[in-house]
Amino acid sequence: MTRKPYDVIPDREVTDPTLFFGRRQFLRGAFAATAVLATGAVGARGATASGAYTVDEPPTPFEDATGYNNFYEFGTGKRDPAKYAGSLRTDPWSVRIDGEVAKPRTIALEDLLAAHPREDRTYRLRCVEAWSMVIPWRGIPLADVLKRLDPTSRARYVAFETLLDPEQMPGQRRSVLDWPYVEGLRIDEAMHPLAFLVTGMYGKDLPNQNGAPLRLVVPWKYGFKSIKSIVRIRLTEEEPPTSWNLAAPREYGFYANVNPEVDHPRWSQARERRIGDFLKRPTLPFNGYAEQVAGLYAGMDLRKFF
Amino acid sequence: MTRNGSRSPIAWRRALAPIAAILSAAPLAMLVVRFYADDLGANPIEEVTHVTGQSTLRLLLLSLAVTPARRFFGWPALAPLRRTFGLAAFGYATLHFFTYVGLDQGFAWAYLLEDVSERRYVTAGFAAYLCLVPLALTSTRRAQKRLGRRWQKLHRLAYVAAVLGVVHFFWLVKADLVPPLLYAAVLAALFASRFRGTTRAGC
Repeated sequence: MTRKPYDVIPDREVTDPTLFFGRRQFLRGAFAATAVLATGAVGARGATASGAYTVDEPPTPFEDATGYNNFYEFGTGKRDPAKYAGSLRTDPWSVRIDGEVAKPRTIALEDLLAAHPREDRTYRLRCVEAWSMVIPWRGIPLADVLKRLDPTSRARYVAFETLLDPEQMPGQRRSVLDWPYVEGLRIDEAMHPLAFLVTGMYGKDLPNQNGAPLRLVVPWKYGFKSIKSIVRIRLTEEEPPTSWNLAAPREYGFYANVNPEVDHPRWSQARERRIGDFLKRPTLPFNGYAEQVAGLYAGMDLRKFF
Repeated sequence: MTRNGSRSPIAWRRALAPIAAILSAAPLAMLVVRFYADDLGANPIEEVTHVTGQSTLRLLLLSLAVTPARRFFGWPALAPLRRTFGLAAFGYATLHFFTYVGLDQGFAWAYLLEDVSERRYVTAGFAAYLCLVPLALTSTRRAQKRLGRRWQKLHRLAYVAAVLGVVHFFWLVKADLVPPLLYAAVLAALFASRFRGTTRAGC
């Protein structure tokens, strides 16, 4: 058949993970002039093969992971969250559960999490600004919590909301973004075993600047999807609005999957600097989690749904 | 009559030169101190890029502010500071440029070429730097004399560089437009004072 059905996405246009990897190999050959780059990239791939809950690289130093943050609720500077997040009161904390659930309610954080044992998982974190870290998180698979909330059959998306309180979050006194910060996932993304609801890091409770007391971590997406200091989880039928998409729809999509092939309109996403490294390394498709998550996007044009 | 006419202009010049030099060198000195104190944060290359870029813009605007200030205060002793600040701006721009090319991009020419041609903020920044090069090269008194009136015309490129520099800043920020807006406001004020100054001086 040579006819081109323009109304559907032909299979050959679907981005194939093996192709991604092939291209990375090519790029590595072309650009990895140094051993540092090469070993870095190989290490990251090894982790993917040996289990997605560990990374074959040392974690980012604790001081860096807690001193270099994007959390605009406390200021737009990288050091602002560490400086100003002390004003956030994380106890008591409750979470509003509503939308397409059997029983909408507001629930104390302890009660929301009581039934679930904590797991330790180390993930790569890739910021949309082309830097990355390796962070040992402590938390609960999001799927486990969602299942217990009894979503109705109409629930197709999960929406998250950060605390809105300019008293505690001085960055909200300026309208840099449309507060409160909101994020969302498609339900199958949210139910994916890698999606993690996090309460701690480096074996301790989350520091305020990292999104205490409850945050999301979606390792195959750019960091801004991993919303911090969550006060509301809402199941919805429609795709929920997301903060960066509202701020700049051309630059930040709903999906925001890490993708070296699709550049940010203003800068390249092909490489990243791992915090602590000197040279940049190639960015991996889905941040190195392609094997696990690429299937979620089968048939989708990732350039369109960026 | 100048307000400071009681003291000789040469004495003022002598007093102002080291102040301007210290002001110009301060950001670099701070960077060096912070480097040795291990205080450049988790992403030192980014920090050096930001500090050198900001210092370039500040010194460039400071350099452009010299002539309006000189006219406003009627204080000719300020005149040489234009060169001091201008050259310092070029120095920081050079540091900024090589931090980006060498430290940030690791001399990866393919990526650099793509950046300069496809990323508009890089294009603007690169163009701004190119504008500063001939200005630095013709900053000597000899060049000034040899070029005569053309020197003045050529050095209007400083305004082009400043506009491109501010645009470069606008195009790279993610959401917080306030910092580039502040620079844009200062630049607009300088333009306004220049046009007023021009009509009054009739040149």
